[in-house]
Amino acid sequence: MAEEIILLDYWASMFGMRTRIALEEKGVKYEYREEDLSNKSPLLLEMNPIHKKIPVLIHKGKPICESIIQVQYIDELWPDTNPILPSDPYQRAQARFWADYIDKKTYVPCKALWSETGEKQEAAKMEFTEVLKTLESELGDKKFFGGNEFGLVDIAFIGFYSWFRTYEEVANLTIVAKFPKLISWAQRCLKRESVAKALPDSDKVLKSVSDHRKIVLGID
Amino acid sequence: MAEKEEDVKLLGFWASPFTRRVEMALKLKGVPYEYLEQDIVNKSPLLLQINPVYKKVPVLVHKGNILSESHVILEYIDQIWKNNPILPQDPYEKAMALFWAKFVDEQVGPVAFMSVAKAEKGVEVAIKEAQELFMFLEKEVTGKDFFGGKTIGFLDLVAGSMIPFCLARGWEGMGIDMIPEEKFPELNRWIKNLKEIEIVRECIPPREEQIEHMKKVVERIKSA
Repeated sequence: MAEEIILLDYWASMFGMRTRIALEEKGVKYEYREEDLSNKSPLLLEMNPIHKKIPVLIHKGKPICESIIQVQYIDELWPDTNPILPSDPYQRAQARFWADYIDKKTYVPCKALWSETGEKQEAAKMEFTEVLKTLESELGDKKFFGGNEFGLVDIAFIGFYSWFRTYEEVANLTIVAKFPKLISWAQRCLKRESVAKALPDSDKVLKSVSDHRKIVLGID
Repeated sequence: MAEKEEDVKLLGFWASPFTRRVEMALKLKGVPYEYLEQDIVNKSPLLLQINPVYKKVPVLVHKGNILSESHVILEYIDQIWKNNPILPQDPYEKAMALFWAKFVDEQVGPVAFMSVAKAEKGVEVAIKEAQELFMFLEKEVTGKDFFGGKTIGFLDLVAGSMIPFCLARGWEGMGIDMIPEEKFPELNRWIKNLKEIEIVRECIPPREEQIEHMKKVVERIKSA
């Protein structure tokens, strides 16, 4: 039943997108609830008291926080449809390693790319460029990060693609021209219905962030 | 076919809680392994070659498979050697164990040690903020022998290597009583339970050396 699963999320969150993609991949019905991050709902604060962040997956009343943990959870509950993690322990470990790498290395610089200026933004640009280089090298000539099948690492990173235009415009960062393999990979991912449904329009993200920078942060 | 020591190698550092927890897991499962102590200041060509992304320990090598990041290593060990399971079978319980383990390493560690050492807003404020985080763990272990229930599990290995035998040595060196028994009776009971377990005792760094080591870490943090 749809009420069994509730997802507290924010439309532009690349982390929320992961959980949305996983649920779609499994064909699971759920209730999507948009959170106003400047005015968080009592449910969000109750279900994620430690971080007070989205996405929060609520299954039969019990919360699961952290998007990669949510994706793993969803994969375990519906193992037979479009498996997300490999069954081989070593392949699985590789997938978890790279998903974790993406989390560790993108959170801080990606925020700074759109919320900072000057030196802080420049440092973030360098950091994120290094991450893109590493990921493109890891992807190589494979169809997806795990090989021929769409999986965890693809889900972990594809949401960032909807932010590339924002980073290019707001931070003056070159991505599309510099990382053709990643762009081709993203296009392949977008052919999947789950991804096409989950990712917002890049221009919509850019407009929202630009407005936020101007109005809330006071940056021109 | 019996497992040989050469099948499993662990590159580690004696004072690293991330390394200690992997050793605990291997011993818990009775897996023979070869331990290779690493100089983490002058890193060996081997370390740089097998962990090019982070250049850190621990790294586990198993029949040619190279694994790094302690949580990933623990999950791998649990899947290869099925005796004495570390992670819960139930998907929700497993998700909770993974969540709390991430909380310990990414939140509690930095706030309860680095922030306290730096004390940018003063030591008292830093301690108060850290204790707020420990309250969550206090709740989580209430009424249980271990975070894993009757026996030690994933979160016990992560929190156990990090809190009583690493962070606590640091607090001792700083003269701080971070988790006093009156405020944190359950956590203190959990620590007592941990100390009763032979494989935990076998894997923890020597107390005095660890206190000295953590004092040096504090100096590095302060001068950074």
